Amino acid sequence: MSGSMSIPQTEQEIIDEFALFDSWDDKYEYIIDLGKKLAVLDDEYKTDNNKVRGCQSTVWLAAFYNNGIITFKAESDAVIVKGLISMLIRVLSDHTPDEILDAKLDFIQKIGMTSHLAQTRSNGLLSMVRQMKNYALAFKAKTEN
Amino acid sequence: MITAQKAIPVLDIESIRNQFPVLKRTVKGKPLVYFDNAATSQKPQVVIDALVGYYSGFNANIHRGIHSLAEEATAAFEATRDTVQQFIGAEKREEIIFTKGTTESINLVAATWGRANVKNGDEIIISAMEHHSNIVPWQLLCQEKGALLKVIPVNDEGEISLDDFKQLVNSRTKIVSIVHVSNALGTINPVKEMIEIAHKAGAVVFVDGAQSSVHLDIDVRDLDCDFFGFSAHKVYGPTGVGVLYGKKEILEAMPVYMGGGEMIKDVTFENTTYNELPYKFEAGTPNIADVVAFKAALDFITTIGKQNIARHENALLAYATEKLQQIPGVTVIGRSAHKTGVLSFVIKGVHPQDMGIMLDNNGIAVRTGHHCAQPLMACYKIPGTIRASFAVYNTVEEVDALIAGINKALRVLL
Repeated sequence: MSGSMSIPQTEQEIIDEFALFDSWDDKYEYIIDLGKKLAVLDDEYKTDNNKVRGCQSTVWLAAFYNNGIITFKAESDAVIVKGLISMLIRVLSDHTPDEILDAKLDFIQKIGMTSHLAQTRSNGLLSMVRQMKNYALAFKAKTEN
Repeated sequence: MITAQKAIPVLDIESIRNQFPVLKRTVKGKPLVYFDNAATSQKPQVVIDALVGYYSGFNANIHRGIHSLAEEATAAFEATRDTVQQFIGAEKREEIIFTKGTTESINLVAATWGRANVKNGDEIIISAMEHHSNIVPWQLLCQEKGALLKVIPVNDEGEISLDDFKQLVNSRTKIVSIVHVSNALGTINPVKEMIEIAHKAGAVVFVDGAQSSVHLDIDVRDLDCDFFGFSAHKVYGPTGVGVLYGKKEILEAMPVYMGGGEMIKDVTFENTTYNELPYKFEAGTPNIADVVAFKAALDFITTIGKQNIARHENALLAYATEKLQQIPGVTVIGRSAHKTGVLSFVIKGVHPQDMGIMLDNNGIAVRTGHHCAQPLMACYKIPGTIRASFAVYNTVEEVDALIAGINKALRVLL
């Protein structure tokens, strides 16, 4: 294992944090706050290659591989998506490809944000989760070769 | 605001609202406020009853059967055609062709009239405010034929000018396909004048009535358009049904669209003779149930009176526009003096999607994004807008809820 906490542990931590909120307004206020605090992605990474296209908002995702550990950096032009990205990075970044590939990510459903992964939202978040797993797969293949 | 309040008591909106079951539901624990009517309108009970009534009372395939159910189903199906004819002022019932929707109506004309009449070097004119459905079929045709697609520009207010249009029209212009009311801006285009200009140059005109048919009185004979298309689901009717109106002599000369049952007179392996209008363009078993229920939607509108509906919606639009513009950072996209039904806007520093999510969180349904008009959004250099669109059942209180919802969201988002 890599980071100080396992992926399931971080997922549980987020679920516990959200359990404190009793209204949708509070949940969204928290997510928006996370979005505002998300580190800015350097312009050099905002390339077409790193673009995860959604119908309404755009996500840029960059992945770095060092000593068997993947680090993710990402940004979006929409702040709620940025907040959700921030949580995904907190859960998945700084882990091994295998850990990332095994991640269930059911915290998204447990905190009531499943609709953001639905097709209708078309916000690139679903594509982003897929893309993070694709990176893990690609880095894993690279290591094994 | 004063005009808004004066106009509203004309209709008993509460009793109209009671006819729409979905309006009684809640979303995220809040009463539903439905402002996505330009995407699709909600359905009154009479339409829902007509659908159920068809399936539980007289479901049968139409036109060919000699049994009672087939006769009843055929009569109901054809009664809708008569109602549509009256609804848009067509001269003849056979000028009304049922399609899946406006998109199919446009594609039908592009694929039949277009293929038969547009040749290499010819020109097709659309505007910069077209829905993708009124861009792509013509692009495909132009690519196939080596024709040129010309675009009437849109000014900052969201209008097209007749002078710009005149500059584009010439003897090579074969067809002009123009939206009557913009889904993204609400602008009402001067289609009658445009049709006159186009006809003088020898071109035919398709009017995309997807948005206009629910807000404006439509008289295809007065407009003198050659084609008119609209969708049932935007006029309180069911999804999956649309109309293509075409002048009889043009439809008669047009090649067929799809082959199959209903559209034929005689078939041998050597040759097929086609059925007469309108069946020539209605291949296969049509969407009988939804066409039958479509009549109930049109009758619903006619009973209330389209002008009464328009007056109410325009009062809401004026009231909402005034209230919205008091919010700092708001820019209304589409400020034509001639607009209806749609209020599109952006807010400085706020992504439309974030506002859409926050409003939904308060039970308010708006549409955000490019509204299937990406070229138009590119003109304004914006990724999209927030759009509230109005229907007969919307109220001043709902507009107030929208404004309160926006202000509440802004406190968190900014």
